[in-house]
Amino acid sequence: MTTHDGLAIEAAGLVKTFGETRAVDGVDLAVRAGSVYGVLGPNGAGKTTTIRMLATLLRPDGGSARVLGHDIVRQADTVRGLVSLTGQLASVDEDLTGRENLVLLARLLGLGRAAAKARAAELLDAFGLTEAAGRLVKTYSGGMRRRLDIAASIVVTPEVMFLDEPTTGLDPRSRNQVWDIVRALAAAGTTILLCTQYLDEADQLAEGIAVIDRGRVIAEGTPGQLKASIGLGTLHVRLIDPAQRPAAEALLARELGEAVTLEADPAALSVPCSDADRGAEAVAELARAGVRIADFALGQPTLDEVFLALTGRPAEEAEEEMAA
Amino acid sequence: MSDAPATQTRPAAEEAAVRAALLTGPRPPRAGPASAALTFGWRGMLKIKHVPEQLIDVTLTPVLFTLLFTYVYGGAIAGSTDAYLQFILPGILAMSVLFTTVYSGVALNTDLTKGVVDRFRSLPIWRPAPLAGAVLGDAVRYLVAGTVVVAVGLALGYRPDGGAQGVVGAMLVVVAFAFGLSWVFTTVGMLLRAPNAVMNAGFMALFPLVFVSNGFVEPSTLPGWLEAVVDINPISHVITAARGLMDGDPSAGDIGLVLLEAVVLTAIFAPLTARLYRTRG
Repeated sequence: MTTHDGLAIEAAGLVKTFGETRAVDGVDLAVRAGSVYGVLGPNGAGKTTTIRMLATLLRPDGGSARVLGHDIVRQADTVRGLVSLTGQLASVDEDLTGRENLVLLARLLGLGRAAAKARAAELLDAFGLTEAAGRLVKTYSGGMRRRLDIAASIVVTPEVMFLDEPTTGLDPRSRNQVWDIVRALAAAGTTILLCTQYLDEADQLAEGIAVIDRGRVIAEGTPGQLKASIGLGTLHVRLIDPAQRPAAEALLARELGEAVTLEADPAALSVPCSDADRGAEAVAELARAGVRIADFALGQPTLDEVFLALTGRPAEEAEEEMAA
Repeated sequence: MSDAPATQTRPAAEEAAVRAALLTGPRPPRAGPASAALTFGWRGMLKIKHVPEQLIDVTLTPVLFTLLFTYVYGGAIAGSTDAYLQFILPGILAMSVLFTTVYSGVALNTDLTKGVVDRFRSLPIWRPAPLAGAVLGDAVRYLVAGTVVVAVGLALGYRPDGGAQGVVGAMLVVVAFAFGLSWVFTTVGMLLRAPNAVMNAGFMALFPLVFVSNGFVEPSTLPGWLEAVVDINPISHVITAARGLMDGDPSAGDIGLVLLEAVVLTAIFAPLTARLYRTRG
């Protein structure tokens, strides 16, 4: 289902205040139907509040938004029939088993008794939870809980899915599983709004990203555009022989035209580098010059670096401000 | 990289399985309000099944109350434990069931502190369905508490002149009032921050109401101003009606008053709870 503009989510000037705090302070969003869109920001930036308004859990104090063409306030009930939400706290009932959770939701979504059971079994199987199906959810690991949570969100395939920090606190394996699931949903045509604190997560999954700070969108674009506009990224090199560091420093500075940072580790140095080709060339140049390399990495800018570049202050500081 | 070992593609089994599990075809018709509420009632039953400990309070407290009141105060207040038991059992029945109503607020508040309520609230269902469904779990708790009191009473020698019919009638009257009162505590449950706070506030409010009633002493022995309070206390009305039924001397007026009070409480506090639930952030 698409609207006339092909947009699944359109928000204009959304505002939500809690007492004195403007948690969301004029957020605009335009999310193409069928895409994965990342909302990136530190804790307290207004991501969750934005998602809660779009999912009709919170009434905006200002501005407006439409989901698949339906107003989130006036047509909230219609919107609820099209979206599903996977909240930051696992949105499943810990005192029930995995199977009971899914049957419960299937029943609430209108499936008959037998159909609900069959649907639950199908989902448990697809998400690798069949063995744990009869156990109470409070005994599940973080990854299992997340998978159940997402399974619960697709008991009936939603048109739009809101995912609030789906991998926060997960180990890398579980995180990859969640990413695979998100990709599968996107491939099947579900529009996904993904809130995250991790730039690489948005980079991996999203075709568009909005960076949000103090309740406002401060930058927007594709992951590539965003990184390019910030011009960040760091080439980290560690040498086998610390004595070669001055030579490596001079060579990298010449190759990349940026100031080189000498790390505390006497064998390590780093240099800003936003272009992977030039980074690779510089490393090859080091090798040709006889500098022996222990390891190297072209690091993506972290959320912290993006933040620093966009706002002039680190993300943690932003969190503290919100908490204050 | 043609001379290197063959490139490996990470297996996409997970993706394929998930994709296969996506429901295609038309959405099922929406669940009706009654069906949604009943589904939440089923959830309540499952919780009792998985966490039976929650019934311990409900069963042990009434046993303790019955024993303590009968044997500690019986001799002093009524001259004999037997006579006192005969007098207080309807009061203990009311007290035990009504204390249980606080748990409705505690349960709702506990739910609110978990993420699952966000999911319920984002579903296309009749919005108060979770609240209506919880009533079913409440009913089980009330009946357990009430049955325990009556069973312990009978074991200690309580003999209702109203017979089984009177006891069942009394239980129904008390439970009816409990349904009304539980909405007061669900409202409190929506307003306070933590389950413990709901528990404390609930008992703080209920204790004086339960004791300043005609349940445990003859109101005529009280100072005049306190007797006046006892007379207007709805919990006295509940006990009067229950006592009438259990003693085989039911009064339609007393019962009607209790039912009216239950309806009034429900009419005020059920919509208030539903409104707070709907507009909650």
